[in-house]
Amino acid sequence: MSGAAAAGGGGSVGSVVRRFLAEYSSGTASRLKVLDAYLLYVLLSGALQFGYCLGVGTFPFNSFLSGFISAVGSFILGVCLRIQINPQNKGDFQGISPERAFADFLFASTILHLVVINFVG
Amino acid sequence: MAEHSAPDHRHKPANSAGSLALGNSRPGTGSGSAAAAAGGPPAGGGGLSGGLSQPAGWQSLLSFTILFLAWLAGFSSRLFAVIRFESIIHEFDPWFNYRSTHHLASHGFYEFLNWFDERAWYPLGRIVGGTVYPGLMVTAGLIHWILNMLNITVHIRDVCVFLAPVFSGLTSISTFLLTRELWNQGAGLLAACFIAIVPGYISRSVAGSFDNEGIAIFALQFTYYLWVKSVKTGSVFWTICCCLSYFYMVSAWGGYVFIINLIPLHVFVLLLMQRYSRRVYIAYSTFYIVGLILSMQIPFVGFQPIRTSEHMAAAGVFALLQAYAFLQYLRDRLTKQEFQTLFFLGVSLAAGVVFLSVIYLTYTGYIAPWSGRFYSLWDTGYAKIHIPIIASVSEHQPTTWVSFFFDLHILVCTFPAGLWFCIKNINDERVFVALYAISAVYFAGVMVRLMLTLTPVVCMLSAIAFSNVFEHYLGDDMKRENPPIEDSSDEDDKRNPGNLYDKAGKVRKHVSEQEKTEEGLGPNIKSIVTMLMLMLLMMFAVHCTWVTSNAYSSPSVVLASYNHDGTRNILDDFREAYYWLRQNTDEHARVMSWWDYGYQIAGMANRTTLVDNNTWNNSHIALVGKAMSSNETAAYEIMRSLDVDYVLIIFGGVIGYSGDDINKFLWMVRIAEGEHPKDIRESDYFTPQGEFRVDKAGSPTLLNCLMYKMSYYRFGEMQLDFRTPPGFDRTRNAEIGNKDIKFKHLEEAFTSEHWLVRIYKVKELDNRETLDHKPRVTNVLPKQKYLSKKTAKRKRGYIKNKLILKKGKRPNRKTV
Repeated sequence: MSGAAAAGGGGSVGSVVRRFLAEYSSGTASRLKVLDAYLLYVLLSGALQFGYCLGVGTFPFNSFLSGFISAVGSFILGVCLRIQINPQNKGDFQGISPERAFADFLFASTILHLVVINFVG
Repeated sequence: MAEHSAPDHRHKPANSAGSLALGNSRPGTGSGSAAAAAGGPPAGGGGLSGGLSQPAGWQSLLSFTILFLAWLAGFSSRLFAVIRFESIIHEFDPWFNYRSTHHLASHGFYEFLNWFDERAWYPLGRIVGGTVYPGLMVTAGLIHWILNMLNITVHIRDVCVFLAPVFSGLTSISTFLLTRELWNQGAGLLAACFIAIVPGYISRSVAGSFDNEGIAIFALQFTYYLWVKSVKTGSVFWTICCCLSYFYMVSAWGGYVFIINLIPLHVFVLLLMQRYSRRVYIAYSTFYIVGLILSMQIPFVGFQPIRTSEHMAAAGVFALLQAYAFLQYLRDRLTKQEFQTLFFLGVSLAAGVVFLSVIYLTYTGYIAPWSGRFYSLWDTGYAKIHIPIIASVSEHQPTTWVSFFFDLHILVCTFPAGLWFCIKNINDERVFVALYAISAVYFAGVMVRLMLTLTPVVCMLSAIAFSNVFEHYLGDDMKRENPPIEDSSDEDDKRNPGNLYDKAGKVRKHVSEQEKTEEGLGPNIKSIVTMLMLMLLMMFAVHCTWVTSNAYSSPSVVLASYNHDGTRNILDDFREAYYWLRQNTDEHARVMSWWDYGYQIAGMANRTTLVDNNTWNNSHIALVGKAMSSNETAAYEIMRSLDVDYVLIIFGGVIGYSGDDINKFLWMVRIAEGEHPKDIRESDYFTPQGEFRVDKAGSPTLLNCLMYKMSYYRFGEMQLDFRTPPGFDRTRNAEIGNKDIKFKHLEEAFTSEHWLVRIYKVKELDNRETLDHKPRVTNVLPKQKYLSKKTAKRKRGYIKNKLILKKGKRPNRKTV
């Protein structure tokens, strides 16, 4: 989504994006940056699969779907983890420690990927 | 009760002795369903008020007891049918479920998934594994398997019969949990008691009604509970549990579409109300994506969640939520000016892309348009015009006001109050229950069948209303009652004013004027209101039991009639006839009947049917309808082409059973007309005055069609009563119009004791076609024998020199 917004081009938009990136690199904890890298990777793999499906076709439709949903699901779960362990959001999540959040993430990913494996066919 | 209502915030943990004593007096009253319902609100503790361990212990013991009693009351009030009749599967659809569960239990899960049923939809067959929601069968099969593992040998039929009552207990527990999340524990207990006995839910879950809805309502409520829980906590764990529960729901009932539309609606409304939070984002995103792939694991659902319009709202809200969350993230980072620049660009781009892609996908056919059943939800007249087969099902008719009251009784009057309470003190999860209530009311108004989805929310909201009223009135009532306990120490109160907060009766006299202005209700009014409320609840319990006993506990496979002296007659014609079929016909005989009886024939008679209650193939049904409504010769051709061996019809004219085939006949005509408008016209079956009558004035087309002839064959010879002429149809109160019925291609094979089921055998083609009329008579009858014209003499031929003998005379010797 950041890609879509940045692709808009234009002078003021460009400066805004530049300032945003600068603030991001300075104001984000390194743990979150690692997570963001993972998210970016998952996002790209999802986009790649989608592009492949547009170009080549969706023949084993369930395989395509399970791959794509696996990417989207991992992305979503990663975002959830990121939101929960972000210290700025502490107020929203009483009683969810970062460890708990990570355990939830693992649990959810296990369920998701069990289903994905079942669905790949 | 006193200690948790209004005083919740004022109550001091120190004087919990009174609450203990009161709590003590309660469990004795909660012995029956009525008392359990009435005893609900007092027992509901104030949740977290008890700092001491003891009140909390009492509270949980009471809650546990009440839930247990609710389960017991719910279970036992569903047993009327078993006690009056026997442990038998009811109605129509449950017979199919039972048959496939039986298959699952005897052949294993994989055999069940790959089961091709060649006994249904002859000659097409049915792939059962891919066309059912397997949750019900798997649940029953699993319970059966576990019980047998433990060496408790139970027949699979008994598991199926008692599954729905057992699950009603689970439903009441999940309703309790959900209501507790929404309001408080007292309301939750009340809701659990309501849902245990409310007729709207019992109608689908009596013992023997082995249908999807029985377990689906549990799954529905539990999914909603977990959803509310996950919105409240924002925990991924609860959301995943919610997805798993949703998966169970998808596997159990097609009504899962309600969930997958209601939850996005909730999220959308939260967004509109500016109530977006990161918890909502986590809950919905995770729920959607995991729930999506989980729901696609059910073979019957397949790719529908990404292909059909019913599921598109969820996807749209998902995309919207992602965009919104991203923008929210940006807004936290950027200044307002910068944000606005990006915002408009982003929003317009995203909206354009989503809109165009949906339109493109719809036009290219990737997204199927709404299916007929869903259209009929929006446009109530749609089904009647376009899809007679949907309109013909009685449970797809619009609901009448009477049935609202009949199924929900007092709850239907009180639930708007609960809704108002929820809207007044709105928060995230109460938005949910408000939306749930509003949409469920709409759908219940459109279709009788969807009364079922309305029932749980009505129970919850009424429980909230009742609980609120009781908190208000009963609470102060207790305060009024408290003084008599300490009546002896009347004067003591003046000495320790610290206690006076809990004694409104005293307080009013001595201390606080503001208390009086706050709730200027006298103790009399309070007790009157309380009594009225308790009376309403009692009447509700009585009504529930009455409705359950009279309306919803009939197996409809076995009928009962009552004589004047109150003795009971069991009419077991259906099973008699099905058993006859099972014993006396070829194993592969094909039985034609109207689709209502398809599942029963397959389940009880174990014979091949042409159409059944899974009405997926309209043209096949229309063909059967055409055969029933044509005359015998035309019908015979159709039946020959469909390889029909027997025809089974239901005829209620002898005992006055109104659900018979003649009464359904117009639907057969309509459905046949939909596919074969040239051969069948509905207007032909009416009199010129537009009436549908079976007597002499009826239209000749009707009087000669196959269904009419089969129903009334030899009925004209039968005089039921001395007051009526022979051939008097009790259902339609008319003397039949065609008493002289003869068959050419059919013969009567079996008629049950009360003529309820009649079976006809379709004859084979004759070896030699006999003419049904005399040979053509010509006018040129030969007056005399043919004579050769070669001889002019018109004489007989003769032998020359033949001896002419005259009897009794001697031969003339001279001539010799």
